[in-house]
Amino acid sequence: MAQELTTQETRDVAEANGDANRRAMAFTPAVDIFERDDTTVIMADMPGVAPGDVDVTLERQVLTLRGKVTPYAPEGYRALSSEYRVGDYIRVFTLSDEIDQANINAAFKNGVLRLELPRSPETKPKKISVKAA
Amino acid sequence: MPQTTFFPMNTVDPFADMRRMQSAMNRLFDGARSPGQTGSYPPVNFWASEDSIVMTSELPGLTEQDIDLTVQDTMLSIRVTYPAAETGDDLVWHRRERADGSYLRTIELPFRVDSDHIDARFENGVLAVEMQRPENDKPKHITIKTT
Repeated sequence: MAQELTTQETRDVAEANGDANRRAMAFTPAVDIFERDDTTVIMADMPGVAPGDVDVTLERQVLTLRGKVTPYAPEGYRALSSEYRVGDYIRVFTLSDEIDQANINAAFKNGVLRLELPRSPETKPKKISVKAA
Repeated sequence: MPQTTFFPMNTVDPFADMRRMQSAMNRLFDGARSPGQTGSYPPVNFWASEDSIVMTSELPGLTEQDIDLTVQDTMLSIRVTYPAAETGDDLVWHRRERADGSYLRTIELPFRVDSDHIDARFENGVLAVEMQRPENDKPKHITIKTT
């Protein structure tokens, strides 16, 4: 029901948040998507993002998840070894038109964004009356 | 090669030996499937200053109770247990990318740590463990006498 708009490479040099000066590595957050009782749930891993730096935008059918990371770089420390890299997050989905856009729930806790997308009830086919001209 | 405890970034990786030992240890302990490289989950970064060394790791979706940190001599062990993913007959999975299960990783530090001086913080899914370098391990300034 939720389709990826494009295949996201793990490493995308992107302009996060539309700020041209911010050129950082943007990563694709890992997601779990499942569906239960007419509600689709998307859980996206965005560690290092503060709750205020998460951005969820829905434009028509396109859902964009963004997370801005404050990297861990304490004063007076130098990096010794690095097994993972840190960067902003972005992932884009195309939702089906069955999603009730007005009732989407979003919550962010411990670096995980949880989105609940309810399915709207089936719209009955509309019968259009034809006037005899 | 200078015999300091910490090497600068542009020479030999100080944890190269440690990683080899880790893979061996993790092969013993790791039961669950791990995303990415096998036997080295969760991935960690190390930072060092004059007085302390900090280990950071990204563990989204966990709480402090799910993380078990133990220290003994030079060995630091971290065990993480992810909460069970939602289950049910009425559940339909579309995509499954996030980590699941239990992981144990043991790291050998280049020095012995005092467990009384360890500060571990967990914020927004990032764990930061600060360990103080022992006193006698810090670089000492040696005054050179002129005769």
